[in-house]
Order: sequence, then C-alpha cells, then structure tokens
Amino acid sequence: MLQKIAVALVMLAIIALALGVLILAPWWALLTFVLLFAGWLALTRAGRQTWSVTEVALATIPQRLGSSSVVVVGIAGVVGVLVALLAMALGFEKTLKQTGTDDTVIMLRAGSQTELNSVLSHETAQLLAQQPQVLRDAQGQPVASPELVVVAALPKKSNRLDANVELRGVGEHAWSVHPNVRITVGRKFTPGLRELIVGQGARAQFAGLDPGGTLKLNGQQWTVVGVFDSGDAHDSEIWGDTDIVGSTYRRGSSTTSVVVRLTNPGAYDALKANLASDPRLQVDMKTTRAYYSDQSAQLSRLLRVLGTVVGSIMAVGAIFGALNTMYAAVAARAREIATLRAIGFRGVPVVISVLLETMLFALLGGIVGAAIAWLLFDNYTASTLGANFSQVVFAFSVSPALLWSGLKWALAIGFIGGLFPAMRAARIPVTAGLREL
Amino acid sequence: MKYLHLVWAALLRRKSRTIFTLLSVLAAFLLFGLLDSVHSAFTAGSRNVAGVDRLVTVSKVSFTLSLPKSLYERIQAVPGVRAVTYANWFGGIYQDPKNFFANMAVAPNFLSLYPEFAMPPEQLKAFHDTRTGAVVGASLARQFGWKIGDKIPLQATIFPQKDGSNTWTLDLVGIFHVTDPKQVAQENQLVFNWDYFDEARQFGNGNIGWYITRIDDPKQADQVAARIDALSFDSDHETKTQSQQAFNVAFVSQFADIGLIVGAIMGAVFFTLILLTGNTMAQAVRERIPELAVLKTIGFSNRSVLSLVLAEAVALLLIGATVGLLLAGAVVAGVRLKIGSAFPLDPVGVDIWLQGLALAVLVGLIVGALPAVRGMRLRIVDALSGR
Repeated sequence: MLQKIAVALVMLAIIALALGVLILAPWWALLTFVLLFAGWLALTRAGRQTWSVTEVALATIPQRLGSSSVVVVGIAGVVGVLVALLAMALGFEKTLKQTGTDDTVIMLRAGSQTELNSVLSHETAQLLAQQPQVLRDAQGQPVASPELVVVAALPKKSNRLDANVELRGVGEHAWSVHPNVRITVGRKFTPGLRELIVGQGARAQFAGLDPGGTLKLNGQQWTVVGVFDSGDAHDSEIWGDTDIVGSTYRRGSSTTSVVVRLTNPGAYDALKANLASDPRLQVDMKTTRAYYSDQSAQLSRLLRVLGTVVGSIMAVGAIFGALNTMYAAVAARAREIATLRAIGFRGVPVVISVLLETMLFALLGGIVGAAIAWLLFDNYTASTLGANFSQVVFAFSVSPALLWSGLKWALAIGFIGGLFPAMRAARIPVTAGLREL
Repeated sequence: MKYLHLVWAALLRRKSRTIFTLLSVLAAFLLFGLLDSVHSAFTAGSRNVAGVDRLVTVSKVSFTLSLPKSLYERIQAVPGVRAVTYANWFGGIYQDPKNFFANMAVAPNFLSLYPEFAMPPEQLKAFHDTRTGAVVGASLARQFGWKIGDKIPLQATIFPQKDGSNTWTLDLVGIFHVTDPKQVAQENQLVFNWDYFDEARQFGNGNIGWYITRIDDPKQADQVAARIDALSFDSDHETKTQSQQAFNVAFVSQFADIGLIVGAIMGAVFFTLILLTGNTMAQAVRERIPELAVLKTIGFSNRSVLSLVLAEAVALLLIGATVGLLLAGAVVAGVRLKIGSAFPLDPVGVDIWLQGLALAVLVGLIVGALPAVRGMRLRIVDALSGR
C-alpha cells in the first residue's frame, strides 16, 4: 500500500516537472533536448534497445489504426479549438494595438472613457489645439484634428441585421495625425460637402458602402467617394468632415475629441501639466496608441480565459482517450514485451518506447490540429462590438507562437496519456506476459 | 430491462477502460453544459415571452442618438398602443469600469410596462416619491452588497451635472426580482428617475433615448410599428420601431455570432467523442465475440444481441452525460454565486438537460451501431471456434 502511494507521488512529481519544463522552456532548449535524446537513441546500448522496441511498435500500428487515430484526432481537436480561440484574442489585440502612435495625443472630456461618451465645446477644442506642445504646420496652423465620433446603424452583409458602424468626422489635419490611413480607391472627401470615405473593413462587413453609392443619414443623402486602408482599428470606420457630420447629427459645433500631433514625444508630460493647470479645461488625455491598446484588454483577456478553459476540459477528455488506447496497445503487445524482457531487454527502454510512441501520436495530432486552425482561421475576418459601441473588424491571427504553444499542449497531453501505460508495460511480469494470448 | 444486469456486467468487464471512456464522455458533456449555458444566456433576450407585446422605438440612424420627448404624446395617440414609456442610457460607472452593469434613467411608468420585474408596491411608491431614487435588480444588489436606503454614487461617463460634476449620488429605494430563471440576467441593471436626470444634466435636456410601447395585440405589431415610424417620417429624427425580441436579436448579434462559435467547438468535441467511444465499443465487442456466441447458442435472438450492444453504448454515454451535466450545473452555480451575473451564464436547466441527454442517446446509437451489427451477424460456429 505504502509503496503504491509512493509510486503515485513519484509519478505526479515527474508529470509536474515535465509539464513545468515544457511550458517554461524556450524552443531552443527543447530542440537541444530532442537532439540529445536522438543521440542517446543512436549511440548508447539502452538507446539502441529503445529504438528497436519502438520500431517493432511502430510496425504494428497499421493493425491498430482505428484506436491510434483516437489519440491523434482527440489531440488535434484540442489544439485546433485552442489555437482558434487564442488566434481570435490575438487578432483583436493586434488590430487595436497597431492603432495610434506615441507622438499623437487624443483629448476627451474628463471621465468619459471613450469618444462616443465625450463632448467638447468648440471653445474647448480651440483651446486644446492652441497648446504650445502641439506641432505647427508650414502655415503656422496647429496640427490638430477636431473629431466627432457618432454611430450609424447599417445592415450587415452577413445577416442583413442592423449593426453599428462608427462614423468619424475629422478635421483637415486628420491625414497627419492618423498617418496610417491611405486612400486605396477613389479620393478623399471634400471638406464642406456631404461626402464620405469608408474603411475597407467597414466596406467588407456592411452592405451598401461601395464607392459611388449613397447613404441616407437623418434624412440627408451622403455620397461615398473613396475607400481607405489603415491596417488598424480605423479600417472599421467611415470618415467625413467634422462640421458636416455635426450638422447632420444636430451636434452644433461641438466635437467628441481633439487629436493632435506633439512637437516631440517628450512633450507629453508638459502638455499634461498644462491641461491640468488650466481651470477652463476638464479633459483627459492619452497617446492614441495607449487609448486604443487599452480598449483591447478586456475582450482579449476574456477570449484567452475562454480558450484555456475550453482547451483544458477537452485536454482532460483527450488524456483519457490516450490512456485507453495506450493501455489497450500495451495489453495487446503484452506477450511481445514479455518476450523482449525475457531475452534481456531492460525496463527503461520499454517505458521510453511506449512513451515515445504516444508522444509521436500526440505530435502528429498537434500538427494536424494546428494546421487545420491555421488553414481555416488565419486572417479570417470577424467583427465585434468595440468601445465606441460600434463594430470593430479584425482578422484572426494564427501566429507561429500560437502554433508552438498548441504543439506544447499536444506534447503535454501525450506525455500524461503515455506515462501510465508505459509504466504498466515495464511492470508486466514476464511469466504471466508470456502466457497471455 | 430484464437484461440490465447483462449490460452492467459488460460495462464492468474491463473496469479501467470503462472508467477512462466515461471520463472522456464526462469532459465532453461538461463542456456541452457550460457552452450551452453561455449560449442560452446570450440569446435569452430574444426568447423573452414576457416581451411579446412590447415594441422598441429608436432613432433610425442609430440607437445611440436621442429622440425628442414630443413624440411621447403622439405615440400614445397611435391606434393599437396601450401604453408608452421611455428611457435614456446613462452609462455610469460604479467604482471601477470593470463593474459594468446597465444603468438608465426611466419614465415614472417604466416599471409598469415590465411586469416581469416584481417589486413590493411600497418600494414602487418610494421610487415615484423619491426624486433621487433608484431601483436595482436583486442579482446586482447581491453582487455589491447593496441594501435599501444605501447611497449609490455613479460616475457619469456621458452626462455631467449642471455644475460640471461627474458624480451622481442615487438613493436605493427598491430591489426587483425576475421570476423566470431564464431571464435572471435582467436583474443586472439599475434604473433611476428620468425627471431628476433631465433636470440635473448639463446638456441634451428634453431628449430621451428610446421609447417602449406596449400594444394591444402582438399580432398587429408590424402595423403599429409602421404607424409609429410614420409619425417622424422624413423629419430630422426618423425612428425605427421593432419588437423587443427583434431588437434584442440584432443587438446580441453585434457582439459576435455566439451560436457559430459554440457550434464549431461542440462540433470538434463531439466528432472526437464519437471516434473515441466508437473505438471503445469496437474493442469491447471484439474481445467478447465468443461470449456473444454463447448467448446466441442458449437462445438469444439476433435482435436481443443487437439491442444488448446498443444498450451498452447508450448506457455508457448516458452515465457520462449525467455526471458531466451535473458537474456543469455545479460549476455554473458556483461561478454565478461568485461573480454574480456579470458574465452571462444561464443555470443548467431542463432544456439543456434534455438536449444533452438526447445527444447522449444519439451518440450512443451511432457508436453502438457498427459493433452491434457485427455482434448480430456473427455465426455461432465461427465465433466459438475463434475464427
């Protein structure tokens, strides 16, 4: 009894240690380990024994294709689902973190958190643009864009249901405070006219946003004159002239935010101190990069937790599937293993060969699952409700790091699922095993 | 039924195999229960039977845009309309932006259009009599430990007060309960008096966010909606009126296609599960061929052998599913107790159980079919001689 408990404890310790190493080790450490292991297989006596036992086992796989595929498919399922969910989190995060720069600053009314909630009067917006830390252009005008973010409900292409799209009114300096934005089709809107340009993400998700088309907002006709590409969160937006958007939405001359370019990134603190000391101003400010990055935190954390929970539960299922298969495989080969032991093979090569076989299945499953997730979901576009209560379009991002962590999960499942059957294989009493049919 | 002990004996023949398979089935159904609970919570609003006679009227441009209050009397006069109320999104934060819950300013008669929000009459009266009064759902009150008489400070994100302050302090005068367990997520909101809100806010005065209309006959919903929208046609504040359910469906679909995500995960899980339990059943029948032959020899019909194997597969799935769903129910209950209804999770109720058990029987029949047919077709002589 005591011995059994001791064995169980030792096994648990081995598993914990192996998983810890697997999770923490960088790829080169694992590669070194694989190389050392291959060297051990090729060069030492025990290694060569292990390899020959493994060879026999691998040769019998065609006879038990069905049960072996349980391990492979089970693990492929875990890795596929895990990688897909994490790719969704990463894609959303990437889109928002790419948005904005460190030398542009967005200013909102104090306490408003997002642009949609914020209101700045025309006078406040003027004061903000006139701060000495704001860069001036060749004409001596401040490089500042007073912006008005509103929302329009338009039917989505996918289900024809109305969804919110962000309509951003921008000032004439918008092109220099949002340097990523490039016109790909058509032209920029003309200030003073009811003209719109649409982000390519918005155009792909919503019906009726093609250049040349018209859009009716609050009883007024707007014309789409161009398409822009920014490769970030602005791709999900529609842009027009701040003043005209304001009149359509009955917002007068107020805006929701002012985006300015700083004379240099170091001017941030000076600007902040200036705004804090002016009693006329009640505003919050952030660099545009920080403003957008912060918006991704909550959703991507939720998706990561979801992915890990779903992946873990599936992994438990897959471990038991692997245990079943490998115990059956060991039982089927009991006579053969006993024979090997009888002619002088030691326990360690048998243990390692069973473990190695399971890990190979697991590796195959991991590769299959990761490949499926990559083929189906890399750059798959989706959209969700963002901070401004409107759709943010993003692409799933199946990065090499995600594929690698998927493979690690596969190997961990294979290790746990193979270790116990491997121990069983080594402990089959030779005499009983030889009698086994 | 009289062969139950045979099915049982077959399952216990190799205990470790049965246990491992059961644990895999359990994991699959645990996941099924949890994901279905999330899915059901997200779609709860669109299945709310209490709301079939309610229409929502929002600005056609976007529901974030406000409407003039002058529409109130005009909507009331529309034929087919029984009662009208209105509300305005407030978007206040309690202590930390992470503590998100819906909070809005509502008309005095708002709660009378939501009979599913049950509250003692004296609390309703207090709400009408207290200018700064607020009413919250029971889950929300539990989550933050609020009692009647507490002062709740909300940080405004949209509406500062006239003096520029962002802090609105409300007096908690009522706590409502939602009786339908499917709709408990509705308890996660706070409402306060629109009159106070409108008087104290800095801008937007006289405008409201959306109208809720209760109509005489749900079958007439489309006609009444068209009449309401006709009131503001071609004005600078055109409206869009739809049933509360249609509004909720469109709203939820803006977050993500939850059904698609859940469906894809469950597809992967059950594909694996079928393969896994199918393999177990194939092994179990393969090694029992001689025993099945003996059964046939002593007079069991082909049909009985077929049903025995099928029953074994279904029993395996049902036991795993039951334990898995029980566990899912416990996990959901635990999470709800811990974090309130901040994360949408429905209790694992009768319909999730029925779906889960039906799925278990279906998967059992699928994975049992091939081995069962094999057992049925075996020839006694061959099987007994081990050929």
